[in-house]
Amino acid sequence: MVVQALIDQGVDTVFGYPGGAVLPIYDEIFQQNSIRHILVRHEQGAVHAAEGYARSTGKPGVALVTSGPGATNAVTGLTDALMDSIPIVVLTGQVPTFMIGTDGFQEADTVGITRPCTKHNWLVKDTDALPDVLHHAFHVATTGRPGPVLIDIPKDVQFANGTYKPVPKPSSYRYNPPVKGDMEEITELVAALETAKRPVFYTGGGVINSGPAAAQLLRELVDATGAPITSTLMGLGAYPASGKGWLGMLGMHGLYQANMAMHDCDLMINIGARFDDRITGRIDAFSPHSKKAHIDIDPSSINKVIRVDIPIVGDVAHVLEDILKVWKARGRKTNREALANWWEKIDSWKAVDCLNYAGSKTTIKPQYALQRLEALTKDRDRYITTEVGQHQMWAAQFLGFNEPNRWMTSGGLGTMGYGFPASIGVQMAHPDSLVINVAGEASWLMNMQEMGTAMQFRLPVKQFILNNERLGMVRQWQELLHGERYSHSWSESLPDFVKLAEAFGAKGILCKDPADLDDAIMEMINHDGPVIFDCLVEKHENCFPMIPSGEPHNKMLMGNASTQDAIKSGGAVMV
Amino acid sequence: MSALHIKKGSTKHSAYNLRPNFSDVIESHTLAVVVDNEAGVLARVIGLFSGRGYNIDSLTVAEVDHTGHRSRITVVTRGTPQVIEQIKAQLGRIIPVHEVHDLTVDGASVERELALIKVAGEGEKRVEALRLADIFRANVVDSTLTSFVFELTGTPEKIDAFADLMRPLGLLEMARTGVAALSRGAL
Repeated sequence: MVVQALIDQGVDTVFGYPGGAVLPIYDEIFQQNSIRHILVRHEQGAVHAAEGYARSTGKPGVALVTSGPGATNAVTGLTDALMDSIPIVVLTGQVPTFMIGTDGFQEADTVGITRPCTKHNWLVKDTDALPDVLHHAFHVATTGRPGPVLIDIPKDVQFANGTYKPVPKPSSYRYNPPVKGDMEEITELVAALETAKRPVFYTGGGVINSGPAAAQLLRELVDATGAPITSTLMGLGAYPASGKGWLGMLGMHGLYQANMAMHDCDLMINIGARFDDRITGRIDAFSPHSKKAHIDIDPSSINKVIRVDIPIVGDVAHVLEDILKVWKARGRKTNREALANWWEKIDSWKAVDCLNYAGSKTTIKPQYALQRLEALTKDRDRYITTEVGQHQMWAAQFLGFNEPNRWMTSGGLGTMGYGFPASIGVQMAHPDSLVINVAGEASWLMNMQEMGTAMQFRLPVKQFILNNERLGMVRQWQELLHGERYSHSWSESLPDFVKLAEAFGAKGILCKDPADLDDAIMEMINHDGPVIFDCLVEKHENCFPMIPSGEPHNKMLMGNASTQDAIKSGGAVMV
Repeated sequence: MSALHIKKGSTKHSAYNLRPNFSDVIESHTLAVVVDNEAGVLARVIGLFSGRGYNIDSLTVAEVDHTGHRSRITVVTRGTPQVIEQIKAQLGRIIPVHEVHDLTVDGASVERELALIKVAGEGEKRVEALRLADIFRANVVDSTLTSFVFELTGTPEKIDAFADLMRPLGLLEMARTGVAALSRGAL
């Protein structure tokens, strides 16, 4: 019944790990050919792989794990998906109903543990209720603001026979958040856009979640109005990095021109972003002179952190369509003269060249490694995942994304160990594409067991490890905030990554000379199979620009020279 | 989210009160949350309060519609207007939540709480306790030669006032139900 429901929901791939409490479902999987099961090496990997699959396809990802430790290992992935609004469905086995509450072997209160880290979860105690719950779960995961859901199925319920029901119409569910925005608010936003002297679009992951139409409409609106656009980490690719309105990413490690534009604008149009603390910096000094509009499908995102003037609850694509319609009907007006001055100002900020760094002929600078990776892969059918840390920020700064769903990263939760299993999920969904995980050596080690998965299923994922033998971001904060006392922020006893790759039967490449880098990257790309690329980079490079904790957008640190005493004691308590 | 119901007229445009006049004054609000009566739903609601650091001053929950499997959770909470709006929006996100009513802003409402209060004493104190109970219209639901159990219904303030009076007269124990509330009028 479970397998039939998955097939009817259009699921073609399940990431999972068997165990005692899910054996009946695994038995069914064994006896069919419609769904491909990918055996991961750790349940956390299954959930991140499902996230990568979902993020790169727009379809919900599915993971199947056993009770107890299987379920608890899935918790990090569930929380990650909740923070980044990724639609995934996780099925967990549970001890039989008559054993629940007895502290049975591999029993855990899975729905209790996962209640705060799922959008919704269910414990199904009756086989007849199972098809309804399964279909409802897919509906909840993908409708409104997407998110992870979990279904806990006791083993006796898996064994019992029940009556299967087909997929109901979406409209039959009570849970159907409105997608159309309020027309009065939309008109007010258009009126503000017509006269704005210094407008800026600030977009986020919601544009990508809304679907390809949303990205298309966003491009049309931005290009037609001639206003600049910046995006959060989660929203990269919705507007092309090659587009004429593009300022680059904003936020703590965002680009100078993007943050300055946010600070000095007179109209901020937030589309599917949530004023996260990485974006806003100091709240009371956040964009002090602007009128703010916020488009979000989740009413709880609006006025949560920043009070806005024009709130619009709705789906990004639907709202953008209406904005364009109203703007065109009112005569496609913009404040041309003021916009030209605004761009002049922005161009002066761009001229600061905030990503500039000191190059080297002897050691590979991490920024240089990413510039070369970008140059050698940007014209290919490419998907990028990342781990979490300095390498993630550099990747966001130096890699350009021209399409949505091409960039998979752990934004809200900041989960080290996300990128490698996510790359496996992406590669499963796009078997012929080039999938690269930009990693740090410390993050990568957190889920390195998935090499076994990559090898077993012949998934040619490229693990591009910027190896500085440090927890780079931790080290950077210790340098700036904790008197250069580098407490436990170095990677000792690292494996020989080339030998590690070979131990799994994969290819390993070591590169430490900038002169060899291009050839080594080409060797990685051209190898038909998984590659661990050990790129030895400068050990003490810091990631700039940076808005120090507790500071507003216009107080950015641009390089090592500006960091002396930059972070005040009030900022040190922030994360 | 259709669950978030705020009466017409209390907002400028949409069904959601997204343009409240924010201030930093801490207000007390009584929220009525209508939910599916299913396992774990109370945990979802109170988990939201504890997880996001909101206050619960009073909480009452019981099934109110047996055929429709609905329960009504009445919760008294405190916060700035921005926090109260956030609490309502967060409650509206919970899948089994059908309706969220803010009885404090929706218009006039009635609030009642029931308390059982045990008072032990002899002689003058015992007579005085009984006399005060009469003034407060409390019922005696249990009596021994040395004690009473009073049943009192009213606003939380009335129950507080009665309990304060009983304290010097031998208040031993008290059980309170928490606030139940309904809006006034036909709607």
